[in-house]
Amino acid sequence: MSTEKFSQTAYQQQLGEGKLMASHCPACDASYLPPRPMCPQCFGAQMEWREMPTRGKLAAFTVVHIAPTAMIEAGYGRDNPYCSGIVELKNGLKLSAQITGVDVSQPESIKIGSSVQAEFVSRGENDDMRAFLIFKVIV
Amino acid sequence: MRKVAIIGIGQTPVAEHWEKSLLLLAGEAVFAALSDANTPTVDALYVGNMLSGLLERQEHIGAWIADWVGLRGIEAFKVEAACASGAAAFRMGVMAVASGEINSAVVMGAEKMTDSHPDDTTAALATAADADYEVIHGLSFISLNALIMRRYLHEYGWQHADFAPFSINSHTNALSNPNARLHIPLNKEKYIKAPMVSDPINLMDSSAIGDGAAAVVIVPAEMLRGQQPIISVIGSGAATDTLAVHDRREPLWLSAAEKSAKQAYRQAGVGPKDLDLFELHDAFSIMAALSLEASGFAERGQGPRLGLEGEILIGGRIPITTRGGLKARGHPVGATGMYQIVEVVQQLRGQADGTQVAGAKIGMAQNIGGSGATILTHILESS
Repeated sequence: MSTEKFSQTAYQQQLGEGKLMASHCPACDASYLPPRPMCPQCFGAQMEWREMPTRGKLAAFTVVHIAPTAMIEAGYGRDNPYCSGIVELKNGLKLSAQITGVDVSQPESIKIGSSVQAEFVSRGENDDMRAFLIFKVIV
Repeated sequence: MRKVAIIGIGQTPVAEHWEKSLLLLAGEAVFAALSDANTPTVDALYVGNMLSGLLERQEHIGAWIADWVGLRGIEAFKVEAACASGAAAFRMGVMAVASGEINSAVVMGAEKMTDSHPDDTTAALATAADADYEVIHGLSFISLNALIMRRYLHEYGWQHADFAPFSINSHTNALSNPNARLHIPLNKEKYIKAPMVSDPINLMDSSAIGDGAAAVVIVPAEMLRGQQPIISVIGSGAATDTLAVHDRREPLWLSAAEKSAKQAYRQAGVGPKDLDLFELHDAFSIMAALSLEASGFAERGQGPRLGLEGEILIGGRIPITTRGGLKARGHPVGATGMYQIVEVVQQLRGQADGTQVAGAKIGMAQNIGGSGATILTHILESS
């Protein structure tokens, strides 16, 4: 099995197809995001792609007023805050993502433990187009 | 391994030094340290710095600074570990002298941040986090600390205001430090009403960035036979964790702080109860609590209690950020770890005017890179 396939590019491409894919080590029954070509537990390289659940729970969040460059370019910032957080997927894997479906003007209304659902979006144009994973709080 | 002693210290004020380049600042700190040590030269120079390439478009600053300060020809390197670059350089210098390979060294930290647009500085600081899996999702360096603090409040039931004593203590201690960035008294009301940066972290939870350089001169302690007192490095530890906060098994526990502190305690043969002061890394108020917990001063989830009960004040059980900490002395990121070392030396020499810890003999410094991915702990003793 070629190891190059577990790359950032491949991960992005699959996000673009609406799939959240992790690399999985059958020997350790462990999944990894970012997808790793080698298992850091058993050092095995017999990794497989495995589709991750797209539902999970909000583990932590923050409403950001002072934004990093990419978010400023996407129109966010001091006058237009947004929410980002950590999501724990149904299988226990965690990842960071922008969180939508929340009232950023009232952070106290956002609750840790809320159910979230993945949404696949793309930002940028032409060669700079990039797939993003966003999680939306569902009632 | 040989015991390593600190024989000279130097620092510039942490400020917006628009009229001074990184090189000028670095030079000032080195000259001050060499002059304090009463030595004209050393065998090596190690400089902690995080952002020179990104913000100044200048790398290769080891040789650059060595030449500038008249030490052309000596071994000189930059050491980078995000905000822990200063302590990482210090550990490299200590290991070089302890090993016998190098007989004397300047170890320094230098950083220039305020010439750049704040958005560019924020973006540059975010390079301490995982670019592809954290930053593109809108998480700046501040936001990662905000995630940790939000979860901490949720998990342990503290209120945001319970963290006020950390920031107030740092601001109070900075008032008598002429090198501090902020000389502004802070009270609970001002803390609570400060503008929001990344909820729940507001401006008064956050350290002040700045420009600055701090340096020390180190030699083998055996060279100082007969002299008193000698300030030596009795413990040095370093450890790492995942860059991404979401990858940590226990995001509310600074495992690299625990590991590096244990390593330093073991080497030094001391424990938390033996320390007279602790220069910790209060880049954000939450980090002060987590650092106290992981270093053995408080139970899990109980860090804020030390602030609320006054134990962190000068005269308390464990005085912290005695010269203003990152919050108010300022946080010139790659230089911060060396400011901490210089400040512990000031305390052990009895030169911490205004905030001297009476009879201080043993002090600890802990420098955190990113949101906890690199942490170094050093223990110094005066004997």
